[in-house]
Amino acid sequence: MSGLDGLDQRGADDHRMPPPAPGAAPLLQQVRAQAAMETRLMLRNGEQLLLAVVIPVLALVGGVAASRRLDIDLGGRAVDVLTPGVLALAVLSTSFTSLAIATGFERRYGLIKRLGASPLPRHGLLLGKVIALFGVQVLQAAVICAVALALGWSPDGGWVAIPVALVAAFLGTMAFGSLGLLMAGVLRAEATLAAANLVYLLLLMGGGVVLPRESYGAAGDVLRFLPSGALGDGLRAGLVDGRCDAVAMVVLTAWAVVGAVLAGRYFKWE
Amino acid sequence: MQYGDKVAVDGLSLSVATGSVTAVLGPNGAGKTTTLETCEGYRRPQAGSVRVLGLDPVTQRRQLLPRIGVMLQAGGAWSGVRAEEMLRHVARLHATPLPVQLLVDRLGLDECGRTPYRRLSGGQQQRLGLAMAVVGRPELLFVDEPTAGMDPQARRTTWELLGELRDAGATIVLTTHYLEEAERLADQVHVIDRGRVIASGSPFELTRARGQATIRLVVTEPFPPAAPASLRRTLGEATEVTAINSQSLLITGPADAHTLAKVSAWCAEHGVLPESLTLGQRTLEDVFLQLTGRELES
Repeated sequence: MSGLDGLDQRGADDHRMPPPAPGAAPLLQQVRAQAAMETRLMLRNGEQLLLAVVIPVLALVGGVAASRRLDIDLGGRAVDVLTPGVLALAVLSTSFTSLAIATGFERRYGLIKRLGASPLPRHGLLLGKVIALFGVQVLQAAVICAVALALGWSPDGGWVAIPVALVAAFLGTMAFGSLGLLMAGVLRAEATLAAANLVYLLLLMGGGVVLPRESYGAAGDVLRFLPSGALGDGLRAGLVDGRCDAVAMVVLTAWAVVGAVLAGRYFKWE
Repeated sequence: MQYGDKVAVDGLSLSVATGSVTAVLGPNGAGKTTTLETCEGYRRPQAGSVRVLGLDPVTQRRQLLPRIGVMLQAGGAWSGVRAEEMLRHVARLHATPLPVQLLVDRLGLDECGRTPYRRLSGGQQQRLGLAMAVVGRPELLFVDEPTAGMDPQARRTTWELLGELRDAGATIVLTTHYLEEAERLADQVHVIDRGRVIASGSPFELTRARGQATIRLVVTEPFPPAAPASLRRTLGEATEVTAINSQSLLITGPADAHTLAKVSAWCAEHGVLPESLTLGQRTLEDVFLQLTGRELES
């Protein structure tokens, strides 16, 4: 055998399959990988980015411009009243609509089934999703707050504003996230796509998210018990008035619990 | 295992030796996937018991999963994920994965490394699915129709890869309806049909152990219905005659010239004109045909 042949032989051997060495990676590493992957895919998806950033920013800029032109009274400076609502819209779009659509197609493409046979446990999968949701929402909030500040936003809530807003956003994420998973886990992917967008549109216009509930007249009293109205209330109370809206927090918590219980019972993994 | 009132897998009993390749062979709808998914812990058996590596696949799933590799029949990735990215992700879930690049090279995934999953061809999705199943270096590998939809080149590569994994000490269970695949790869073949094992053995035992040969007789005009029985009487008890369709018969029996001569004589006597008369070694295809009276691949 010539020297060259020997080299070729060795090259081929390096490519041969080594013996089995099974085992799971540490849970923390698995969850980190899952969260990073979910975040990357969410940011890569054009439609979802439109939903996550473009529509909320347009709602903010358009709302502020319209209230100036048309002289609409929102009970305060337009940018101050609208910014918390637009932040609530960002939470709604990511933790409900984007999550539901993404999860619906994950079921359709057998991803959830496949990961069900991997070392990643179900709670690791869920944790990865939740971390990805918060990661995307931090980016959304950064963009929206920057635009709002450029429009002259001056949050009046004082030192309690930020923790109250964070708690409201957290509870809102849990409530909408569990409802989004419930929808994705029960309906077909196409039906989820349609329904999640429809719900988003309905809540955007009539759900007490962007505009304060008072703008809806008598219907406003009902809206306070919807997760959308409660999230809007919670963020506005914190960022505009610097107080914690206990009713809103309780309503969001209740939706989160109901959504989680139903999703836990009815979510089909395949 | 029952779905509604359809029994998919019924009283199926098989065991797999460590370090071997076992093929579960059968036509579509025979219960192959249900059998595999019961081993993988996706389904709870309604009766009987399953132990995989000594573990209950449902109640001890968390202990079992890190040790096995699973290739689903279809799907298993995000629709927008790139092939290499997906493989790298699955690798990160394991303690000591194979180098991703090694599998990318071996399975030719570099040709579609940046294409989103939903735009991969069926064969590319299959290759990625196989890579995802083996990247965690499992001691036991379940592959469901690994080469369905692959071109011949990819099929050979897959067979080589699975052969190497077995040589390196892994145990492999595969389902297939390709006979060549079972003959090339498997140490042990279980032929299943309608949820039951109808034959088990090595490919050699199933096809050649009894020193039997097969004769395929194709004729120009359809046979009268009584032809198979009449031919069998002529050939004697040691022979089996199976009608493949109205113009061809499969004859299984002693591999000698007498049988061939008797078949010709029978044709002359009954005024049947043979179009072809071929003598060959029994294949798994013939075994399956003989056992079920049906062809495996339509």
